[in-house]
Amino acid sequence: SSQPQSLDDFVKRRLEERLRAARVNPASSFFFLFFIRLELRWKSFMYKLISIIHLPSYTLKIQVGKGLPNAEEAYNFFTFNFEPDPPDESERSSVKRQKQRKIADRDEGRGDEAEEQEEAEADEDNEEEHENQVTSIDLFVIDQSPQDFLEVKKAVYVGYQNLIQRENEQLFTPSFRTVPTSVKLPENMKPRYLEDEGLYVGERPHVSLTNENILENRILKMEEWFGDDGRIMALPDPIKESSTRPPLFHMEEDVDPSLQTVYRKVRHTRSDPEGDYQLDVDVSGLIFSHHPLFSREHVLGARLAQLYDQYLTRQHNNLTGHLTDKVNPTRQLSVHGKIHGGQSLTQAMQQRFSEYSLEIRYLFQIQEKDRTLLKNIVKVWKELKALREFQKFSNTPYKLYLRRENVDRASDEREHEDEILAEVVEFEAESEEDYQKKLTEYNKQLEEWKLWRRKQKKKKKKKKGQTHEDTEDEEQEASESEGPIEEGPPKPEPPERPDFDSIEQQVREKASRIRRKPGEAILIPELSASGNITASELCPRPEIARRQDVARRSLFIKILYNDKEVSRTDSRSLNTDFRVHFGQIFNLKIVHCPQSINLQVFEEIGSSCSLLARVFVPVPEPSVVTGNVPVEEYEFSSNQRVMFDHEGVGSDVPLSFEADGSNKQTLLTSGKLSCCVSWGIGEDDVPLAPPVSQQPGGIHSGLDRLDAVTYIGASGLYDMKKIGEWATQSRLDPNDPKNASIMQLLKVASSGEVTAPEYFRLEHLQEEFNFVTDEELERSKRFRLLRLRNREVAEFRNYKCVPALEREVTDKVFQEYEKRLKEGEIIDTKEHLDSHRALVAKYLQKIRESVINRFLLAKHHYVLSDLVIEEEIPSIGILGLNLFKLAEPKRPLKPQRKERKKVTAQNLSDGDIKLLINIIRAFDIPIRRPQSNKPGQAPQSAIQGSDWFLNQVQVRPFVEVSFQRTVLQTTTADGPNPCWNEELQLPFSAPNGDYSNASLQSVKDEVFINMFDEVVHETGNDKDRGKSIHTWVEKHWLGSVKIPFSTIYSQSRIDGTFKVNTPAVLLGYSKERSHGANGGYDIMRSLSEGTFITLFITMEPQLVPGETIREKFDSQEDEHLLQASERFEREAAQGYPDRPCITTVIDLNGKTVFITRFIRPLNPPQEFLDAFPNNPQEATALVARFVSLIPSLPDRVSFSGACDLWSTCDQFLTLLAGDEEEHAVLLCNYFLSMDKKAWLIIGTAIPEGPTTYVLTYEQSRYLIWNPSSGQYYGQYDTFCPLQTIGCLVNADNVWFNVQEYTTPMRLSFDITKANLWKPFFSRSFSHPGLSSVQVSVQSSCLKNHTFHLIPSCRIEKILKEKVMEWRPRHPTRWNRYCTTTLKQFLPKLEMSRGQDVTEGHRHDLKRISGFPLHLPFCEIRPIIEAVYSTGVHSVQVSNVEFALAVYVHPYPNNVLSVWVYLASLVRT
Amino acid sequence: MATSNPSVFLLTVNGQIEGANFPEYDDLYCKYCFVYGHDWAPTTGLEEGITQITRKNSQSSHRLIWNFPLETTFKSTNPSGWPQLVVSVYGPDAFGNDVVRGYGATHVPFTPGQHTRTIPMFVPEPTWRLQKFTGWLLGRRPEYTDPKVVAQGEGREVTRVRSQGFVTVSFHIMTKDMKKMGYDIGPSSPANTASVTSGWSTEEQQ
Repeated sequence: SSQPQSLDDFVKRRLEERLRAARVNPASSFFFLFFIRLELRWKSFMYKLISIIHLPSYTLKIQVGKGLPNAEEAYNFFTFNFEPDPPDESERSSVKRQKQRKIADRDEGRGDEAEEQEEAEADEDNEEEHENQVTSIDLFVIDQSPQDFLEVKKAVYVGYQNLIQRENEQLFTPSFRTVPTSVKLPENMKPRYLEDEGLYVGERPHVSLTNENILENRILKMEEWFGDDGRIMALPDPIKESSTRPPLFHMEEDVDPSLQTVYRKVRHTRSDPEGDYQLDVDVSGLIFSHHPLFSREHVLGARLAQLYDQYLTRQHNNLTGHLTDKVNPTRQLSVHGKIHGGQSLTQAMQQRFSEYSLEIRYLFQIQEKDRTLLKNIVKVWKELKALREFQKFSNTPYKLYLRRENVDRASDEREHEDEILAEVVEFEAESEEDYQKKLTEYNKQLEEWKLWRRKQKKKKKKKKGQTHEDTEDEEQEASESEGPIEEGPPKPEPPERPDFDSIEQQVREKASRIRRKPGEAILIPELSASGNITASELCPRPEIARRQDVARRSLFIKILYNDKEVSRTDSRSLNTDFRVHFGQIFNLKIVHCPQSINLQVFEEIGSSCSLLARVFVPVPEPSVVTGNVPVEEYEFSSNQRVMFDHEGVGSDVPLSFEADGSNKQTLLTSGKLSCCVSWGIGEDDVPLAPPVSQQPGGIHSGLDRLDAVTYIGASGLYDMKKIGEWATQSRLDPNDPKNASIMQLLKVASSGEVTAPEYFRLEHLQEEFNFVTDEELERSKRFRLLRLRNREVAEFRNYKCVPALEREVTDKVFQEYEKRLKEGEIIDTKEHLDSHRALVAKYLQKIRESVINRFLLAKHHYVLSDLVIEEEIPSIGILGLNLFKLAEPKRPLKPQRKERKKVTAQNLSDGDIKLLINIIRAFDIPIRRPQSNKPGQAPQSAIQGSDWFLNQVQVRPFVEVSFQRTVLQTTTADGPNPCWNEELQLPFSAPNGDYSNASLQSVKDEVFINMFDEVVHETGNDKDRGKSIHTWVEKHWLGSVKIPFSTIYSQSRIDGTFKVNTPAVLLGYSKERSHGANGGYDIMRSLSEGTFITLFITMEPQLVPGETIREKFDSQEDEHLLQASERFEREAAQGYPDRPCITTVIDLNGKTVFITRFIRPLNPPQEFLDAFPNNPQEATALVARFVSLIPSLPDRVSFSGACDLWSTCDQFLTLLAGDEEEHAVLLCNYFLSMDKKAWLIIGTAIPEGPTTYVLTYEQSRYLIWNPSSGQYYGQYDTFCPLQTIGCLVNADNVWFNVQEYTTPMRLSFDITKANLWKPFFSRSFSHPGLSSVQVSVQSSCLKNHTFHLIPSCRIEKILKEKVMEWRPRHPTRWNRYCTTTLKQFLPKLEMSRGQDVTEGHRHDLKRISGFPLHLPFCEIRPIIEAVYSTGVHSVQVSNVEFALAVYVHPYPNNVLSVWVYLASLVRT
Repeated sequence: MATSNPSVFLLTVNGQIEGANFPEYDDLYCKYCFVYGHDWAPTTGLEEGITQITRKNSQSSHRLIWNFPLETTFKSTNPSGWPQLVVSVYGPDAFGNDVVRGYGATHVPFTPGQHTRTIPMFVPEPTWRLQKFTGWLLGRRPEYTDPKVVAQGEGREVTRVRSQGFVTVSFHIMTKDMKKMGYDIGPSSPANTASVTSGWSTEEQQ
């Protein structure tokens, strides 16, 4: 092999040359070029390469200046895998990773940061060292710039020949020529051919010669490729010539039997897993008891056969003989017993006797039947014979023989006589018994009759007394009394005593009638079918036609299983004896549960066939298996009418056997089908019946299967009836101990109606599931607690940890509940001052409960929004708004309040909720009257010039807020128009820590915002003037605003200016306006009267108010109206979402009522009208005052926010409690009756929120009335609390506000304009004439006045006690003189309805501060609260005295107005 | 001591929220809380908790592992209202909004011993297609007002949900005085425990 050698040399030489050239001129070097390029392009790769080179194994070998690399080195260099060394790389990467981790660690800021950093730095140093090494041992002077190695040179043309030559140097082209064998074989070897040596050589795979040559040339150099024969070694061709699979011949005849497919029917294993059931239906034959083709003779023959059959069965059973035998011994016993007087008979014996008498009677009946049967047989036979003789041919083969059996006359007679005697005795006894019974009954009746009789007589006597007074009356009454007489019981007839002589006669007669005569031979009939039938040729024509007709007919039977035909019998022709024999057995393989098996009998005449009858065969019990059941006969009949013109009698055709045609009979086609249905038997005698549970019976009558008998385990005995029948037929001896068990079973069966009970038991296994008995459940306190909780009874709704043991449940738990239950009857007069109010409170409580119960139910109906929070679909408008918002200034000049996040009130606890009250400013606070030291000096009018005005401290007001007995106050400001702008935070705690919606809504607490004047008194001792000054601070109440918590809760914020509720008289203060020169304000103020305060109240966090329950209430309104109102409200809500719109409301009965029904003129109490006959304006104010005096009770509070209920005016006046709408409705109705134009306003106001006001139109201006305060406002009043008007309502219509604005000031109230006020009833939907729900109230007049004095005394007493209670540290003295003065003054205040009164009651002696409070009366608690909130009691001065006067003014309908005058006096 | 005549029985629940299988989502965390009846009161341990955020392994499987321990003891007088563990899984959506990924609940097992529960999770579906889209866009999917809703049957008929993933929780249950108070809960059958230990392994076979 010289060639490889030369190649090596060649390469070596080349390398040498290049390297040498490189040293001389590195730029021209191939290597350098290569390396530079690499460096330029892939610097990183270069770096790697270099670092590889510097690795120990290679650095040693490739060194500059060591001379040329040898071949191996060169080879290694070229073939070297330039991929980075795996261990090295991993090391590096691990270093990297470490570094990364350290960086990460550093990021995490661990404690040992410094150390780590050092380490990392050390690492980096190491690396730098490596790099230095690399550069230091760099063999190619890499630190020089690449430009040093570059040489720019022209491209050199290489000639084609030259190129080919060069190519040839490098490329190898294998030739096509055959390679001589000698080349391929090792030297001095001859090719060896194994074939020639006799060895088997497989055929080589075919390869074309050219390819083989090319291949051979290519691999020539490698020796091991060639075999001994000089050819490329090859394995024999692996492809086999023939397939290894045996041939398959598709000759259908010769299919291997083992390969043959077997057809198996698809079996539904779904319904019954073992479902291999077979029902065998054996149809053996058919016998007609009547057929239309019967001739008359046939009819008789059939009847004879029937009777004979009957006879035979009787004879076979030998019922008579059996009974006779049975009766005889008892009879002797009874005769014996009777003789010895029946009294001594035991109970058992008596029963035995009664049974015996029954048996005897039965025996008689049977004997009689036997005899009549025999007679009938003979009679029919005679008729038959007569008929045969008459028609001169016979159709039937029947022949009757009567066999005579002789008996011994003497013994027979004796027996006969005995029997008769015995019977006579029995009959006597029986009739005697009967007589006794009748006699007692007669006596009873007689007694009754006598009684009645006596009564009648008495009546008659009375009537006679009356006769003289009034004849007409008498007649009438007589006619009336006639009836009863006739109706009275008739006089009973005494029963006849039985005639014992005739009895024997009767018995003998009867015996001769029904029994064979003594000595007479016993007749035994025998019927044979051996007679001849006259041949057809001898018969008359009609008969021949009939016979031909018979022959034409054939019958077959269809078998229907579950109403599907499964098979049919062969058609058999009808024989002359009208019997058809089928004798076919059908094996039905069934899959479905058997429901019905139906055999249909078809009659075929020629080609047409008709259904003759259906026979329903019961589905056999699983125990009924083929082989052990006899063929049964099922009767069938058809009511088809068939008539013939030949001898056939037809069907449903009357026919008579009498000569005169009387005694007609109508015969219907009927017959008996003998067949038998049973479950088949499979191999090894397994019945192919479904198990019991899969019986259809088991499915549809699952209940009765589980009944008593099966329950005790006798599951195998299904057919109780059959057993019963069998038992009666076989007349088992009940006394035989062997039969004891079966008799027992029969008793159960007969009592329990086993097969199909008539009744239906619901949950008949209920008892099995009860875990305690009902009584125990009732008795157990624990179970009671659990049940009450489950029913969500208020007291137990959230009861935690019901004790596990009975004894741990204390009675205390139920006390409250039971008390509440009892309270229903007992009225607690302590809480309520008079019984009427207590009753009302009870009634209200009841309504509340029923409503709450309704809503508890409704609470369990959820809608999606209750469960899932979902984003609304944003509308275009919202999207636009959002876009617009982007352009908004970041800090607008007038920032708007942002919606805070709402909190659902469930995860809250005490202290989480705070009430924020922002007190901003107040207007027109009453100012102090100039306090002149000189008594008697009249209050100088303030006109006196500005000097005084400036010096005088007018008032120093501050505001105190009290809520839930927490009191906070603002700083003190100066002047009548102060500005505080302070925020007060009051904690809120829910009752019992229950922060659920329902509980929060029912919080009745109110926020009292009281305005006080801070008065600083200075008293210097006159003696040492100027040395020591005592000052003390007094606060004088000026007025208050009350805001119920429920309003804040439902509104979530209250923002506005409120009128301060100032007392009618404020001692020491005047309401006179400051007469400042600033006239501009005056104009404003002249519009309003009173003091105002601006407030902002909210809660932190904001609570989500409970939603009203959406329950559809039933209604008596028309469906159209309801729909229209729904539509109206929906449209209103869509168009103007912030305007309330109400068209239907819920009344106290929980029914939806249209709102206009509430409006109807109602007469106000007459005395109001009488009070000011000439001044209607005054009367109006009085009425408004009356309405406002009715206590207000928000529905939200009373019905725990469930809904808004509207009560009618009479209900309102009886309950004396209602919401704004009740007040408004009442006021509106009163106004209407006073001939005013009045409407109901549905709108929103502050602070109430959605509310109802009244609008009136008088003297060409609109007035807005606040019904709960009695105040009225002009349309243009700035301080009108009504903010929004949604709609107006009167009796005729509802108008919805569709104007641009909602405030009353900017509205036009012209409701006739449809573009301003959208009417509900319009021309398209006219008012259907809704009647009002209001009942005209008869205002109950004032009762006795003293009645109301009692509460006033009581209130006074209670209040005095309370005041003393609130002052535990100080003695409380009451100034009696002052009190009496005040008391006299109070009625005057009431008369003037709290308007200005001459202040003639002031005491100059003392410094007095006090005021009258005015409240509508409902309960004592609010009065106490109001008194407490004024803080009069808190005067700490030692020499203080108090005066308290209470006056209760009665109004009609029990409406009370309460005045409380409270004053504190300090002696000066 | 009232040991002879106990008036309450105790149920100790140890265990952990092992992890979840949410094939489509990542970076999930889980909130849990126990829901129990009126007669139950927790004595020790946390009733509610929130797990860390977990990510899937970058290489294999859909498993999210929290291994968040549960340890609570309840006392009760009445087995009615047996505690239920309510888990809800949250995680960021494509826009980084935190949305709910599943709600699920299971009763705390009542036989003492070890149990593993795989809770199928579901989320409420938007009512409208459009809402689905906007919800996806704004990252405001429908959520239950209270996750405890899933522990009650009432009112569920008004919601429509889509099933989504599984959460696996293992429990170790101990009870005290239950038998004394007449509640025989019997031993846990060995077959039961054998099947429940497989846990993740069965998950992987699927």
